[in-house]
Amino acid sequence: MFWRQQRAKGVVDLFRPQLALVIVFALVLAACSAQPKPATSGSPGAVPSLAAGEKPQTGGTLTFIVNAEPPSFDGHRETTFALLHPIAPHYSLLYKFDPNDLTKVIPDIAASDPQVSSDKLTATIKLRTDVKFHDGASLTSEDVVASYQKIIFPPAGVLSPRAGAYAPVDTITASDPSTVVFKLKYPSASFLTNLASPWNFIYSAAKLKTDIHYYEKNIDGTGPFTYVSNTKGQDWVGKKNAAYFGKDKDGTQLPYLDGYKALIITDATAGVNAIRSKQAMIEFRGFTPQQRDDLSRALPNDLAIQEAPWICVNYVVPNSKVAPFNDPRVRQALSLAIDRYAGSEALQKTTIVKDVGGLMRPKGPFAMADADLNKIKGFGKDPAAAQAEAKKLLADAGQSNLTFKFLNRNITTPYEPVAVFLIDQWKKIGVTATHDVKETSAYQADLRAGNFQVALDFNCDFLDEPDLQLAKFQSASKLGKGLNFAYYDDTKLDGMLDAQSRETDPAKRLKLVGDIERYAMDEMAYQYPVLWWYRIVPYLKTVRGWSIGSNHYTNQDLTTVWLAEKK
Amino acid sequence: MRRYVVGRLLLMIPTLVGVAVITFVVMRLVPGDIVALRYAGSNVPQDIIDKERALLGLDKPMVEQFLSWMGSLAHLDFGQSLWTGNSIMDEVWVRLPLTLELAVIASALAVVIAIPLGIVAAVKQDSWIDYAIRIFSVGGLAMPSFWIGIMLVLGTLTFFGWAPPLVYTSFFDDPVANLSQLVLPAISVGYRYSAVSMRMTRSTLLDVLREDYVRTARAKGLRDTIVVVRHALRNALLPVITVVSLEFAFLIGGLVVTEQVFNLNGIGKLLVDAVAHRDYPLIQALVLLLSAVFVLVNFAVDMLYVVLDPRIRYS
Repeated sequence: MFWRQQRAKGVVDLFRPQLALVIVFALVLAACSAQPKPATSGSPGAVPSLAAGEKPQTGGTLTFIVNAEPPSFDGHRETTFALLHPIAPHYSLLYKFDPNDLTKVIPDIAASDPQVSSDKLTATIKLRTDVKFHDGASLTSEDVVASYQKIIFPPAGVLSPRAGAYAPVDTITASDPSTVVFKLKYPSASFLTNLASPWNFIYSAAKLKTDIHYYEKNIDGTGPFTYVSNTKGQDWVGKKNAAYFGKDKDGTQLPYLDGYKALIITDATAGVNAIRSKQAMIEFRGFTPQQRDDLSRALPNDLAIQEAPWICVNYVVPNSKVAPFNDPRVRQALSLAIDRYAGSEALQKTTIVKDVGGLMRPKGPFAMADADLNKIKGFGKDPAAAQAEAKKLLADAGQSNLTFKFLNRNITTPYEPVAVFLIDQWKKIGVTATHDVKETSAYQADLRAGNFQVALDFNCDFLDEPDLQLAKFQSASKLGKGLNFAYYDDTKLDGMLDAQSRETDPAKRLKLVGDIERYAMDEMAYQYPVLWWYRIVPYLKTVRGWSIGSNHYTNQDLTTVWLAEKK
Repeated sequence: MRRYVVGRLLLMIPTLVGVAVITFVVMRLVPGDIVALRYAGSNVPQDIIDKERALLGLDKPMVEQFLSWMGSLAHLDFGQSLWTGNSIMDEVWVRLPLTLELAVIASALAVVIAIPLGIVAAVKQDSWIDYAIRIFSVGGLAMPSFWIGIMLVLGTLTFFGWAPPLVYTSFFDDPVANLSQLVLPAISVGYRYSAVSMRMTRSTLLDVLREDYVRTARAKGLRDTIVVVRHALRNALLPVITVVSLEFAFLIGGLVVTEQVFNLNGIGKLLVDAVAHRDYPLIQALVLLLSAVFVLVNFAVDMLYVVLDPRIRYS
């Protein structure tokens, strides 16, 4: 009756949509207000993966998230972490990064460090003799030779995207069943560390001989976990390899875990919910600051967090083939306009960027000293002076009212906030940039076709190594083809890059790298970093024996990971 | 009638060929390809990119690629995924049971909610019950099912510390685990679905209840329940069946966001991943599959009309 009367007055009709909205809003408010209060101490800080005096326990199954699906199973062929996280535990490497000190390289199936000849052109590597493949066959030097032949000298029809990193290698031979010899064409500063590349799985020579593509769809390694199953789009399961050769310092058989299950969860919110509901224990790549804080509030007593600077960075890439970006003054002005320190303060609260640095990772072994970095255009601490200089440079170049399209990919973290920040910075010097956001494939197509004016590029590596991080700076028509999207050719810079690559004295190499940074970022301003990424891994405290590194590629064989509480 | 059925079935062939041609052309007009994406962000030289394109056959002329694909289709060979190298039938087969089961549960839920509530709303037109049901249905239409899904997950997590299992278990292996995973997605999808069907049931039943034959039935002294259920509802259900059937067909491939929210390894998620990867053969196969489902469901609905309404005869 009441409703009929109200209807007659038109009240119900008038307020019907609002009423529905109020109900919905009330439900949302109720859900939000029921959230646990944030921990008063704020987010838990980084905790050591292994508390002093803790003895690793054996058993249990580690459940972790991988937020993409591996294309094939072949580490030599692919470039995505989505392959390494579920599949690396099945394989061994020649050398690997020490899980207890991720800056050190230690032998994996190698018996010791390589013996390097006095002319630095020969590396002789002795192998362990107790290594067996999961099918029961013993590993010999022939397997290592076949694996590295596939990586460095791939036969027709086989793709090896990292072959270029081993350009100095001349031959790989097996001098006896437990010795491998690498001969180089010229001394290389990065060669030995590159033997610890997480992609260089050791495969069976017999399997490769039968079918060179065998490992694209099959697993047979010598790693700590054997393959159990893979449900496409859903999960990957491995179990402890009882015949694994590794033991810890107390003589306990590795790995500690009985097995692992990698859950493929592509949606970030679903990933957070998986940890929150304790259906997954960790996602090794990382979360955003907000996701970390959400988890901290929801699981104040169950969560540990590790954070570290990341060898990933966004570059501003002006297309040097396109006017006016062929003028160094314009490129310098765009870098000068960026107040990176203020950007760091603001952006680190919302996304995964933090440190200001040059072409090599800040705080890393090749990082430029702050005093030197501050002298480079755009990396100083006086933004007002930098902006004034930027305006003058633009005026001198006749580009005071410069407008351009700024190409970016449609990934929120961290591309969108970084681009918005840059556009705002450029506005302060009178430059109008339009954010041209494209889906990743279209973005890549434009980058590779040179179909853009200025773009936001990115790079991630597994190692602080100038040969890797500076590969994008090679001349676009030579070694930088397909890598250098600033599209310049510079023989002087090529020479500098080659010289640092061949320099085996660390101090001299550091100086050469500094010279390259000053030339490429300051004098020519070809392309320059915005902010280096920062890795945040919140996980359930029950996971022990894993330490965060400066990349999300290495330390994924799970050999030393253990669980304080078993499931 | 038989000629009509055979004709309809044969007409499906040009329809699906048309879909195949459009999908093939449109996907190749979109900038970018799988190779650029596969090596995005990696320091991979151009010659590797070119070699990969050649390996996948993407360097061949479009006409040659199309003829090769149509040739394979003629042998019911959908080819391989460019991303994983697996057979497309394998990729689909892994995900189909979950999608079908979710579609069936959501549809059942929707029908169970929609038809009784639609009848009650029509019979009690303009009463508070009618308003309550209409508010309930407007809520279902207004709120996207993925948002309802997010709220349900957050609600169960916040109040019970529980979220649906992330790994699909077959109903026949473990019914509890299976239903635990699917009940929340089915509610979030079924609610919206029921809202559409409920409004359709209400409005068509209201129309039918005003018909002369219903007045006659009442005049004969039949009870209201018999008048509504036996005489009115049967005629009112025809449009409802169309809506329910098309919604079911939509659920096979249209649960993209809901599948993301609940991390369901279904056909919708596969399609989105395939589009994101520019996995041409997989996209083409999935669009063909979904088109075939729509065409077949439409055909089945038309056939069902004959059963439900004796006045309808196809010739």
